[in-house]
Amino acid sequence: MKKKLLALGLACAMGLSLLAGCGGGTGESSQPPDNSQMPASQSGGEGEAAGQVYYLNFKPEQDGQWKELAEIYTEETGIPVTVQTAASGTYETMLTSEMAKSDAPTLFQVNGPVGLNNWRDYCYDLSGSQIYGELTSDDYALKDGDSVAGIAYVIESYGIIVNETLLDEAGYTVEDIQSFEDLKAVAEDITARSAELGFAAFTSAGMDSSSDWRFKTHLANLPIYFEYLDRGITSTDAIEGTYLDNYRAMWDLYINNSTCSPAELTAKTANDSLNEFVSGQAVFYQNGSWEFANVVGEGKLSEDEVTMIPIYFGVGDEANQGLCTGSENYWCVNKNASEEDIQATLDFMYWCVTDETALQAMTGGEGAMPSGEAGMGFAIPFQQAPASANLFVQLDAEMTAEGKTPVSWNFTTMPSEEWKNMVGSALAVYAADQTDANWDSVVSAFVDNWAAEYALANG
Amino acid sequence: MQKAIKRYWPIFVLPTLAAFIIGFIIPFIQGVYLAFCQFTTVRDATFNGISNFIRALSDNTFTHAFWYNCAFVVVTTIAINVGGLVVALILTKAIRGRNIFRTVFFMPNLIGGIVLGYIWQILLNCVLSLLERPLLNLDATAGFWGLVILMCWQQIGYMMIIYVAGLQSIPDTLVEAAEIDGATRWQTFWRVKLPMLMPSITICLFLTITNSFKLFDQNMALTGGQPAHQSELLAYNIYYTFYGRSGPQWRGIGQAKAVIFCAIVVVIALVQLRLTRRREVQQ
Repeated sequence: MKKKLLALGLACAMGLSLLAGCGGGTGESSQPPDNSQMPASQSGGEGEAAGQVYYLNFKPEQDGQWKELAEIYTEETGIPVTVQTAASGTYETMLTSEMAKSDAPTLFQVNGPVGLNNWRDYCYDLSGSQIYGELTSDDYALKDGDSVAGIAYVIESYGIIVNETLLDEAGYTVEDIQSFEDLKAVAEDITARSAELGFAAFTSAGMDSSSDWRFKTHLANLPIYFEYLDRGITSTDAIEGTYLDNYRAMWDLYINNSTCSPAELTAKTANDSLNEFVSGQAVFYQNGSWEFANVVGEGKLSEDEVTMIPIYFGVGDEANQGLCTGSENYWCVNKNASEEDIQATLDFMYWCVTDETALQAMTGGEGAMPSGEAGMGFAIPFQQAPASANLFVQLDAEMTAEGKTPVSWNFTTMPSEEWKNMVGSALAVYAADQTDANWDSVVSAFVDNWAAEYALANG
Repeated sequence: MQKAIKRYWPIFVLPTLAAFIIGFIIPFIQGVYLAFCQFTTVRDATFNGISNFIRALSDNTFTHAFWYNCAFVVVTTIAINVGGLVVALILTKAIRGRNIFRTVFFMPNLIGGIVLGYIWQILLNCVLSLLERPLLNLDATAGFWGLVILMCWQQIGYMMIIYVAGLQSIPDTLVEAAEIDGATRWQTFWRVKLPMLMPSITICLFLTITNSFKLFDQNMALTGGQPAHQSELLAYNIYYTFYGRSGPQWRGIGQAKAVIFCAIVVVIALVQLRLTRRREVQQ
């Protein structure tokens, strides 16, 4: 009998130890997580630092830099900062599962108004925060009614990256390209002579999921931008598709003057396209300032042989068109975190955009990190920020100074991820078989599906 | 021994039971509950009745994925089991290098589904482009057969092992007696071996049917549901609804789809088990 009791006791102990590991993760309460229950090991048992920061970072390419900054901040203030980075394309998944935990991220990102839809109930109102006061323009705040739900912390630009050496070999300079017609003429001439020149006009417009966002989202921004401009609106429940013919002309140009046959595009990845550009197989490469470190560097292209030109679309005042500039990286603070954690997070954010080391890390290039690693090279919209070391970002600033109008990022108003996917799918089908019927399905995915998805998301 | 088990059963049962309850029963019940809710994370659910189910069932991609998946299950179940049994029959004969062949056939099982999906995507896309046909992501029919080929390649070896074990457990005396009675080889197979194999067939059918219904990573890697959801199987469709769509309502709809999916798989698997069990014979 004694033994049986002993056995029972042992089993219960084992069972309990299993349960203890789960914290309260299985609870179904809708209460905000109670941080007093957090395992002591979380903060490493280190002093009584007020609050802590858990940053779920969206950009995998800057994971190392953020971790380093977090360490520096912890050293300076004693407040523990945890940085986790989601693998490319899995941010939403990771955020969903992390948010359900008792030690949820205190600082996370949304990509704009549509992304905010999911996380509205989690966003702390930043309108009274110090960091909000640091913004250079109110445009960089993500508003939800009267409250400030998010703050853009990086401004990026995209356009057509040009390999000037190759362009020169083909007998042109970037000054020759001032409009869509110019671009088309140059590209088609290069295609016609590609055998002799040994390179193509455009890198492959890969429609693999690693690359298709360049066209279903970024390129698709242009017809939306010009339509919004015409109609004087900033978002809509039903797009008209006024400039879809230009979209088609551009897409035709990309796919028919590229390194591979249009039928193979669905299998081409982002890496394929990048490698083609870096190894000099093509002159033009549609991408953005975030791609700078991948394009320029040792064993890649040198800084003085690349430049970025606007995506000329054959609409409006092309001579004064700038790069596509905007943000889809907004910092949000989790309002369900404990008060100390919220305060710690706000302090950390403020530190990031005011402290000298942090500013240098965020904006600098080679060797900008205290450890000697390259900085993040961002252009950040805060008052104390120095200019970015990123060439493409500098180009954007120069163009704006010259009086060119940057194209704003309206793809943040696309009704849903599903809308983009359907446009992408239709574009890929059209690329393989360029008939009017297939283009009609792109148009239908663009126009009809916009209304349908908008109704679903907001209905 | 018996006594010891009686005395110490809690040590053996309770920890596992606790883990099972925590890791399966509770999430399962919570999952079913969430299907009736609107939620962003599992902690902030608000009850909204059966509207998730109504929207799940009226979603065209879901019904399409269901029929596409049914066709897939029928084709793969037949192909894998016939294939596995044929290979097992060959590899239980006294041929040279039998064990090497068995190992080779089994090996695809050891590779993860995502890796396999990408490898086969490259292979099949090469073949399709040589034949000047649209690539996998442009053609749902090609995607379907691509998935079938991939699934057969991966699963035949596994089922073969089960069939080999089944075939080896048939007593030689029975086969010998049949031969002495003048049975042809076909009759021996059909009337003696096959009935004796029914337990293996039950297991293999169960595994192939449920595996084909639950197939996810291969589907995601090979076709990604392209073009326009036309090559989505149920599991991928559910995943996409849950994570691919933005807006607070989609999580609940995905969860409702998952509950429907679970019910379908359970019912079909139970029916299959009952049907094949009835045909099992005692030695």
